Amino acid sequence: MTTPLRKTVTRLCMFITAIVLAGMVLAALPAFAGGTLRVANMGEPASLDPHKLSGTWENYIVGDMFVGLITEDPSAMPVPGVAKSWDVSGDGKTYTFNLRQSTWSDGTPLTAKDFVFSMRRILIPETAAEYASLLYIIQGAEAVNTGKAAPETLGVKALGDHTLEIILTGPAPYFLELLTHYTAYPVPRHIIKKHGKAWTKPENMVVNGPFKPTEWIPNTHVKLIKNNKYYDAGSVALDNLVFFTQEDRAAVQKRFRAGEIDVVKDFASDQIDWLRKNMPEETHIAPYMGVYYYAINSSRKPFTDKRIRLALSMAINREAIVDRVLKTGELAAYSFVPPGVAFYDTPAQVAWKDMPYGQRVKKAKALLKEAGYGPDNPLKFTLRYNTSENHKRVAVAVASMWKAVGVKAELFNLEVKAHYADLKQANFEVARAAWIADYNDAQNFLYLLETRTGPNNYGQYSNPEFDRLMLEAEQTPDLAKRAELMHAAEAIAMDDQPVIPIYHYVSKNLVAKNVVGFVDNPKDINRWRYISLK
Amino acid sequence: MLSYIIRRLLSAIPTLFVIITIAFLMMKAAPGGPFDRERQLPPEIEANILKAYNLDKPVHEQYLSYLKNILQGDFGPSYKYLDFTVTDLILTGFPVSLELGLYAIGLAVFFGVTAGTLAALRQNSGFDYMIMGFAMTGIAVPNFVMAPLLTLVFGVYLSVLPVAGWGSGALSHKILPVIALALPQIAYIARLTRGSMVETLHANFIRTARAKGLREKIVVVRHALRGGLLPVVSYLGPATAAVVTGSVVIESIFDIPGIGRYFVNGALNRDYPVVMGVVVFYAILIILLNLVVDLLYSILDPRVKAE
Repeated sequence: MTTPLRKTVTRLCMFITAIVLAGMVLAALPAFAGGTLRVANMGEPASLDPHKLSGTWENYIVGDMFVGLITEDPSAMPVPGVAKSWDVSGDGKTYTFNLRQSTWSDGTPLTAKDFVFSMRRILIPETAAEYASLLYIIQGAEAVNTGKAAPETLGVKALGDHTLEIILTGPAPYFLELLTHYTAYPVPRHIIKKHGKAWTKPENMVVNGPFKPTEWIPNTHVKLIKNNKYYDAGSVALDNLVFFTQEDRAAVQKRFRAGEIDVVKDFASDQIDWLRKNMPEETHIAPYMGVYYYAINSSRKPFTDKRIRLALSMAINREAIVDRVLKTGELAAYSFVPPGVAFYDTPAQVAWKDMPYGQRVKKAKALLKEAGYGPDNPLKFTLRYNTSENHKRVAVAVASMWKAVGVKAELFNLEVKAHYADLKQANFEVARAAWIADYNDAQNFLYLLETRTGPNNYGQYSNPEFDRLMLEAEQTPDLAKRAELMHAAEAIAMDDQPVIPIYHYVSKNLVAKNVVGFVDNPKDINRWRYISLK
Repeated sequence: MLSYIIRRLLSAIPTLFVIITIAFLMMKAAPGGPFDRERQLPPEIEANILKAYNLDKPVHEQYLSYLKNILQGDFGPSYKYLDFTVTDLILTGFPVSLELGLYAIGLAVFFGVTAGTLAALRQNSGFDYMIMGFAMTGIAVPNFVMAPLLTLVFGVYLSVLPVAGWGSGALSHKILPVIALALPQIAYIARLTRGSMVETLHANFIRTARAKGLREKIVVVRHALRGGLLPVVSYLGPATAAVVTGSVVIESIFDIPGIGRYFVNGALNRDYPVVMGVVVFYAILIILLNLVVDLLYSILDPRVKAE
């Protein structure tokens, strides 16, 4: 044997011995101990820069690195953040915030100028922020974002080191809550100027929230440690936070069972029976602000005919889908806006909600017949969905319900990018879609059906009366009156049925027994600064 | 020999060029783009983003500027992992995949060749059937079945090894993924070795060696194995390239920060620069490993000359 070869063989033998030994010796040592919370977080963050995000899982990380003017309490309700107090002008358009004395994690004072810088930064076209449009309610924001106006024209002004004025285009009762969103977080002006794009590297990053990043290994984990310069650091219990980015839901669940993970966000529904039986205390299911629906292409024949849209919707037995197909406590949807949304009361439901299912099927058949379809001339079209086991199960169930009323729907699935590319171009007949709210307000759902919304109004629904009511609601400062207007708009949409709401989402989390302070809430946002370990 | 190597490397350049071109065009032909998702972007914002990534230009201009950039060693930014460049991702991921892959290939060669040789020496015995039975099972049971089984048994039920995670590279975190990666390779190599050893052991030069009165051990190790390993060596080139570039299945199940997932996920995300970067990297690796295999061949088999 030549020397290098012998070396290799020796090394190999050593490795094999090591494997055997390690297997015998190692009792599953937890990777971290003490005040460390380990969260399985659904996916890899696209960035740690709050201006470059678009996913809920990113919010779970950066939401404890930065704190905006307003922030969330343990149940995700808005509470004062960097702003101690504020005044609102009579017309509801001008907000004046008084900021608390606070600093960045490097000790630099945080001032109103940082907020001015941040809001301008997310809106300038060069930042290419996907979520910039969320701030369009601020005066001049849209013009800045489209490059039509200089950033200095934005309606955000520092009136002093600790006084900030924001002017809106209309009274928006959800504005304070919108300020809890990551698009409105302050980012450190001095650090971004110094490091440019590299400011999000853990070694450069400076934050104003309870935790700051120390390590980020792509596709493995992001680790945060407590920021002692955070203005409320005294009430933060955890020392470290680790976010695992593993996407394989089944593997994540095993890690949870083995005690390697304390909180699993969005567990896989197919395990629900096992979880309910074996881990009932750890399984958290709660209503979530999202709607799962089928968009109908109202611009394409024969779906321009309202009777057909209604018939398709009436023929779906939603209870059967949530109880027998999904089984994770989702709510059958008869309205577009989920129940429990702030300032909205009960959403406007379809008129036939309480009609017994048998009768609905008859009515659906009658409507189809009226529209010229029957057993000899069945309605045929393609139902599209993006590839996923759950979407497939729902689509199969719906197609069989439609078959019972004489409708032949061919199922067609594409992976998610191709699916949504088709939806964007209205290249579909009926297609699966969903919406998770960015802020707790009915407007965030209903605007999807406005003509001016553009690509997110997949089915190109357009009803002038609906548009008028929504526009009027936007300009109404009185909350009750505004809710009434949006309610009337939703009633019109439910009567027109350009979308078929199927179910309202639930949040699905696994929380270990030693985690204290985890509160289920409709936004499914749990700020880790309120969590402690037993 | 040196001129042979240089000639081989030079001939790789047009190959790479063709691979880059085809991959680039196929990527662009796939429906949907990197920024299509549930939440459609308002047109003005989409315009901002496309401009920022140079995607608003015609395809041929994008192609030319891509070629220009990679000639300067710049694989571009990732569209999905915004805080990293493609080079960052490959440089952090590859050492991990390489390490796991080399262990797995090492295990596979050691156990595969041993088992295959022993089976060939006892051809058609019960031992032979048992080894080949295991090998067939190893080939037939896919990774995505084997890996979760391993984690369930060793991680959840026995609690002796971590279920998943990298644990900053601790040995305990590498054991299950290495085994899962190695098992199908062991099986394949065992079958290859047995097949060619059976053939070699019947060759005339083995009969001669035995007739000379050489000890059986020397006959097998020095004479038979040298010829018997040739198919294994040629299999090892592509197999090593496949294993050291990571496996999307193993990396997802064990949450390993390798580069295997970038290929599949990059394609699904339409993360063009990542897919292109991985394709180019993978192509270079295969070209190099094939060259190594051919050189090894000339060492093992005196009839083959590296020319």
